[in-house]
Amino acid sequence: MSEQVEYIKVFGRPESLKETPTHYCPGCGHSVAHRLVAECLDELGLRGKTIGVPPVGCAVLAYNYFNFDMVEAPHGRALAVATGIKRVHPDKFVLTYQGDGDLAAIGTTETIHAANRGERISTIFINNAIYGMTGGQMAPTTVLGQNATTAPGGRDPRLHGRPIDISRMLAVSDGVVYAERCAISSFKEIRKAKKAIKKAFRCQLDDLGFSLVELLSPCPTNWKMTPKAAWDWVAKEMVKTYPLGVIKDLTGYEDKK
Amino acid sequence: MIIRTTFAGFGGQGVLLMGYVLSHGAMHKGLNITYFPSYGAEMRGGTANCTVTLSDKKIASPVASNPDIVVAMNYPSLVKFEPAIVEGGAVFLNTSLFSEKPSRTDIEIVSVPTLELAKEAGSDRGGNMVMIGAVCARTGMLSLEETVKGMQAALKGKEKFFEQNQKAIEKGFAFIADGK
Amino acid sequence: MPSEKMLMNGSHTVGEAAVRAGCRYYFGYPITPQNELPEYLSARMQDVGGTFIQGESEIASINMVLGASVAGGRAMTSSSSPGISLKQEGISYMAGMELPGVIINMMRGGPGLGNIAPSAADYFQATRGGGHGDYRTPVLAPAGCQELADLTFLAFDLADKYRNPVMLLGDGLMGQVMEPVVFPDFIDLKDLPRKEWALHGCEGREARAVYSMFLGQQGELYYHNLHLQEKYDRITAEEQRWETKRTDDAEIVVVAYGTAARIADTAIEELEAEGIRAGLFRPITLWPFPLPALRKLSQHVAKIAVFELSLGQMVEDVVLSVGERAEIYFHGLPGGIIPTPAQVAAFIRSALKGDGTVGRRIDV
Repeated sequence: MSEQVEYIKVFGRPESLKETPTHYCPGCGHSVAHRLVAECLDELGLRGKTIGVPPVGCAVLAYNYFNFDMVEAPHGRALAVATGIKRVHPDKFVLTYQGDGDLAAIGTTETIHAANRGERISTIFINNAIYGMTGGQMAPTTVLGQNATTAPGGRDPRLHGRPIDISRMLAVSDGVVYAERCAISSFKEIRKAKKAIKKAFRCQLDDLGFSLVELLSPCPTNWKMTPKAAWDWVAKEMVKTYPLGVIKDLTGYEDKK
Repeated sequence: MIIRTTFAGFGGQGVLLMGYVLSHGAMHKGLNITYFPSYGAEMRGGTANCTVTLSDKKIASPVASNPDIVVAMNYPSLVKFEPAIVEGGAVFLNTSLFSEKPSRTDIEIVSVPTLELAKEAGSDRGGNMVMIGAVCARTGMLSLEETVKGMQAALKGKEKFFEQNQKAIEKGFAFIADGK
Repeated sequence: MPSEKMLMNGSHTVGEAAVRAGCRYYFGYPITPQNELPEYLSARMQDVGGTFIQGESEIASINMVLGASVAGGRAMTSSSSPGISLKQEGISYMAGMELPGVIINMMRGGPGLGNIAPSAADYFQATRGGGHGDYRTPVLAPAGCQELADLTFLAFDLADKYRNPVMLLGDGLMGQVMEPVVFPDFIDLKDLPRKEWALHGCEGREARAVYSMFLGQQGELYYHNLHLQEKYDRITAEEQRWETKRTDDAEIVVVAYGTAARIADTAIEELEAEGIRAGLFRPITLWPFPLPALRKLSQHVAKIAVFELSLGQMVEDVVLSVGERAEIYFHGLPGGIIPTPAQVAAFIRSALKGDGTVGRRIDV
């Protein structure tokens, strides 16, 4: 008599992620961020009604990895495109996934105004303080002293201006109901990030307004660090310029401790 | 048949409204029309004008080389448009505001004391309505009834002005009928 | 049922026609001389349960059109020359992504801020793609309020039929002129063909993406461009529109579009009284330009006179059409000036005499 073994699935690929291997570098924060977004969509049962807008930047090919409907936007215009989509499909779930160049430099106008209109859209903002796809140029969020190919010798406030804290600026707007900054730097922080993303998604489902989660994200390749060093740099250095935590929360949701 | 009329004056004199009244009246009568206003910076300079073309045939250009009729609600408009009027055309002068006369002798000159007539009709704000009444009466472009219909169509949604405006239009028609 | 005859200015006409043609999504940024259009739609969209957003810029507005379009809606934006320059990025993306959408350009004087008077100096920008990359957008050139209404309907239909942005090219004068219009009946949105490519969530089917980037090493972009070109060739073959007047027996034919054509038409009427037999060839689609029709016409007319509210843009398409079959004369006025029929008549007389006093002969 053969023994019947019952398996209980405890871990697997979220349905919201395709099986396609990504092009992201070892240690890159995008892979983790993709997974968090996918897990949250799965858990909220949103995959089939989601339309996503990726950025121009390293995640430009995110539609090859996410397993839901997606549309490309010109660089920086994700939230304008998402606005158009949401107005046609107010009953669908619309998210943008944008990098620091896309959201905080070339697309600042679209970002501020979509947020300020209180568009029912959720935005995942990947801040890695560098331009990854184009090869390590200075980002609007590059921190003081940080090296970049267009800030040789490190970012100097007199020469290059200061890093921009766009999430804090956005939080001032009445259209924004929820903004939180998390980090991809340790399992603990990643778990917090997932909670934040889920909460941001709930804001849209409950028709509350615009929600944003900023993820400080390692870029070992362009930071010229090992993955481990890059993750540590997020945890120890980057947070000095971009402190973690809730920036604004008007949701009224009771968070489980 | 094709008649081109240019209305001109200061902003606030109801110059464009005169053009609307003529346009709507003519459209209801079954004529083809084009109405072309001056716009933008020119308007912000304080003067306004519009040209209305009426025809029983399809109208090509909304811009007239030479108007048949010019309605000058102020003196600068007379100066600007007098030279362009076709030979045998007509100019209507708002003599409540200026007393200068055209130097040309090949056009008909009709003087209308709009303000005084409007007051007689019961309002000091109906000068433009008196004038459009006089213009339609003298040229035969619209009958009294058609002019009133045109005014009502042009001011759709502002019915409270109908009665007073109609009195002013009738005053303009009466002024011409009296042979002034 | 079509509407009763209504007296409306050009801008309002486009707005009403768009709503009747099933447009429920308008996004735009104010610029003179077309503000009456967004003003009209801001109220009208409320009546019909549509969306009106005054975008934060022309760039944002065209990208909202992109978003509404990919979601399956009939969407449009409008602007005037400087604003259209800003929209070119989005138009290029929409062409690459094969998304429909209608763009209204009520042209004003340029370059730069120019002025707000009518102009037709955006012909090159409109007919040659305008933004980056190898693409085309059909360009419709109305010459009056009724045609503004009819071509607005056509613009939405062509956009959907070919999955491509379509531009309606008017000018400041056309936006301001009032003429009687009879509107076609409201389209029932349910009657529009289903957009199988639109995004509305992947429930019950595979997820899909709409994009214009083709990084593959197997010639993906190359084949994508060939596919687009095949579509442009189809549009060129099937969608040319033009109008001719009095071209039989004409000793000279004027080629003009939009407002310039209306003014030229009156000039031709005035010349008839002098015994001059002049005709009019009016392109209605500027791209695709009705090249074969003009070529055919030029085989039995001695002189072609091109009149434009620019210093010479469409004349290049006329040269391509006519070649050496007829003498070509050109007279253009820089944008921001409204010419009179008398000025155009003077050009036609001069072209007939070949004396070069108004306009000039084009050497082919």
